[in-house]
Amino acid sequence: MNRMTSGNKVTFRLLRGEGGDNLKEVSYDVEAETGWVVLDAVLNIQAKQAPDLSVRWNCKAAKCGSCSAEVNGRPRLMCKTRLDDLDTTQPVVVHPIKSFPHVKDLVTDVKWNYEVNKRITPFTPAPNADFTYFQEDVDRVQEFRKCIECFLCQNVCHILRNHEAHDRFVGPRFFVRMAGLEMHPMDTADRTEQLAAADGVFMCNITKCCTVVCPEEIHITDNAIIPLKERVIDRKDPVQWLFRKLAGKK
Amino acid sequence: MADYQVHEYDVLVIGAGGAGLRAAIECATLGAKTAVICKSLLGKAHTVMAEGGMAAAMGNVDKADNWQVHFKDTVLGGKYMGNWRMQQLHAQESADRALELEKWGAVFDRTPEGKINQRAFGGHTYKRLAHVGDRTGLEMIRTLQDRAVAQGIDVFMECTVVDLLTDGGRVVGAFAYWRETGKFIVFKGKATIMATGGIGKMFRVTSNSWEYSADGQALALRAGAELIDMEFVQFHPTGMVWPPGVKGILVTEAVRGEGGLLKNSKGERFMEKYDPKRMELSTRDLVAKSIYTEVKEGRGTEHGGVWLDISHKDAEYIKKKLPSMYHQFKELADVDITKEPMEIGPTMHYVMGGIRVEPDNGAATIPGLFACGECSGGMHGGNRLGGNSLSDLVVFGKRAGEGAVQFAKANQGSIRVDEAQIKRAEENLLRPFASNAKHTPYDVHFELQDMMSDNVGIMRTGEDLKKAIASFPAMNEKLRTSRVEGSRMFNPGWHLWADMQNMLLVAEVVAKSALQREESRGAHTRLDFPKTDTGYWESVNSRATVENGAVNVGVFEKPTMPGELKSLVDGESK
Repeated sequence: MNRMTSGNKVTFRLLRGEGGDNLKEVSYDVEAETGWVVLDAVLNIQAKQAPDLSVRWNCKAAKCGSCSAEVNGRPRLMCKTRLDDLDTTQPVVVHPIKSFPHVKDLVTDVKWNYEVNKRITPFTPAPNADFTYFQEDVDRVQEFRKCIECFLCQNVCHILRNHEAHDRFVGPRFFVRMAGLEMHPMDTADRTEQLAAADGVFMCNITKCCTVVCPEEIHITDNAIIPLKERVIDRKDPVQWLFRKLAGKK
Repeated sequence: MADYQVHEYDVLVIGAGGAGLRAAIECATLGAKTAVICKSLLGKAHTVMAEGGMAAAMGNVDKADNWQVHFKDTVLGGKYMGNWRMQQLHAQESADRALELEKWGAVFDRTPEGKINQRAFGGHTYKRLAHVGDRTGLEMIRTLQDRAVAQGIDVFMECTVVDLLTDGGRVVGAFAYWRETGKFIVFKGKATIMATGGIGKMFRVTSNSWEYSADGQALALRAGAELIDMEFVQFHPTGMVWPPGVKGILVTEAVRGEGGLLKNSKGERFMEKYDPKRMELSTRDLVAKSIYTEVKEGRGTEHGGVWLDISHKDAEYIKKKLPSMYHQFKELADVDITKEPMEIGPTMHYVMGGIRVEPDNGAATIPGLFACGECSGGMHGGNRLGGNSLSDLVVFGKRAGEGAVQFAKANQGSIRVDEAQIKRAEENLLRPFASNAKHTPYDVHFELQDMMSDNVGIMRTGEDLKKAIASFPAMNEKLRTSRVEGSRMFNPGWHLWADMQNMLLVAEVVAKSALQREESRGAHTRLDFPKTDTGYWESVNSRATVENGAVNVGVFEKPTMPGELKSLVDGESK
């Protein structure tokens, strides 16, 4: 890999503008330091050239999921995208994520996600349950709980991005959340009806775009969505229902 | 007509990290109409970055552990500066709070017996930290966030509070702006809980995010409340030092908890010289100072750090227990930590001092105001033990919630906010748009960071501190006249202008408190007063207030620990 040194001039083309009107790419040249990520450059542009440049960020360590954007057309966390992994002989183009309304510059309105989240049946343990459970019981749940809510999966899911089915499909992030609840060994709630109906789990046709962009490397389709679909089908199967009843499972 | 929305609640919680969310959950549970107001999106607060774990003496791994030992470790770790009652409550209640998180759906790593696993950490006698790999904070904030959402608590996201509103000395609300639109919003509240976190962005090298701009401390000061112990600023021993873009990013103490070794450029395990008994698992103040000394004396690495090495452990084990460290170094520094050492050095991490509170209910020194979490002071004294922050958040978040609800119930009358205060706040906030000066708030920010890092950092002298203190009038003036361009819509330059007011005020408190304490203790090191004074300075905490815009510092007598607790501290370690 070509590791660049400090002082290299890199050109950035950032999408700028408010509320979807008159959006245009604006060029900025920066002197990049060794090991910079895209977020370093954007914050440098903000401090030195464009003080009103809007961007969301927090941890700068890939733990909070705030700085999602499309870098050269690829959905990434800006804090995890190193300049020396990009072709900096060409301008680096940064756009905001797209499946949600644009606010300003690199910021989009992601409130819809927080509204969807409210509809999910919360963690529901049995009263006075004994919380003794084992690591192997929760390895798969812990995978889902790694999610940092960067919403990159929501951004690339074609059902949201192209079909704009926000009113009948909750998107990969919330299937991951529900998988984490459904597979929690102490949970007793049943979310399958909601998954099948209002949440639209069967609209997912397993293109795996979400899995590809997940910065936490969660196997969203294989480990969350497909098992949830199976669970919904199982739940409707009378033989499975009787088996669960006899075995005392939810 | 007034140009702002008005909302009224029983309790306002400012900040949505672990402390704020736990406080809000308690308020809602007790039936109070509660609002959470936070600068970022929900779930992005600083708690999400906490890595190593939550200290709670459950004794799941080391059966001999109990609250008494945790209490003693905390008192000693805090170099006798902490408030004994807070330290007692914290040690006694953190186990219950951890189990409560588990009942709310948190999935901690397990022991072979199916209980919450616990790991070793600096300054803790026993394996004590409940954890989830090295992403414990994420687990905690998501659990609390989901709980708060399930309770239907109103959350005002991306909304920045710039001033508290007072009525006859009592806090009755808050004035804020929406980050997205720049429009103003007034909150009326019978009680207000401050849970805004730390002050790190006044330093150049820090593990803290942009949110840590000393808001809660500054707002409380301006409303008439008192801060304590503000000279105690923690430099975490292990931040990344290379490449420059990542400088300051935290390397969890769990690396040392899991057996990581610190070595200088000669390959020596230098902690043998500074703390041969505890070695790498000494307290953070001591490890940070040891690293500083090694580098200063010429035994540092090329980029001014030392080595932290875990590569002697099994690669799969490292990836399982320290997954985000593995990825962080691999992706940001091209270092495979299962094979190579990490290059690390101190990074500003945490402030022990904060808003002075009643230990039992989080009440600040003015009526109607409560505080919990990092923005409050007293619990950690002169140095915080790793893992004691996540537990602090939930123990005192719950208690501040109870305190605020009790206050709100006892003060049911209608709330009167002063229009003049609101008008002043509005005018102040809009002023920088009229400036056409060349300099921006970013310029003032860099100046402050350089000044604090160079003069009020890990090693201090009276001369440097005086230099820092003398620079505040000019920096304040420079901020006042600085230019904000663009519209009010999601305008970071404008947001920084507002945050800078808070940083400048609290930075002055830090510098003045540091100049006042003429000794070295915990995280506060004075090269001109290198000894710890077991007499006078051990008997007093520092305090700070603001009157007519001027920062005043002084001291008050440290509350005396009762005999039965003192005997726990003085007793032989097991």
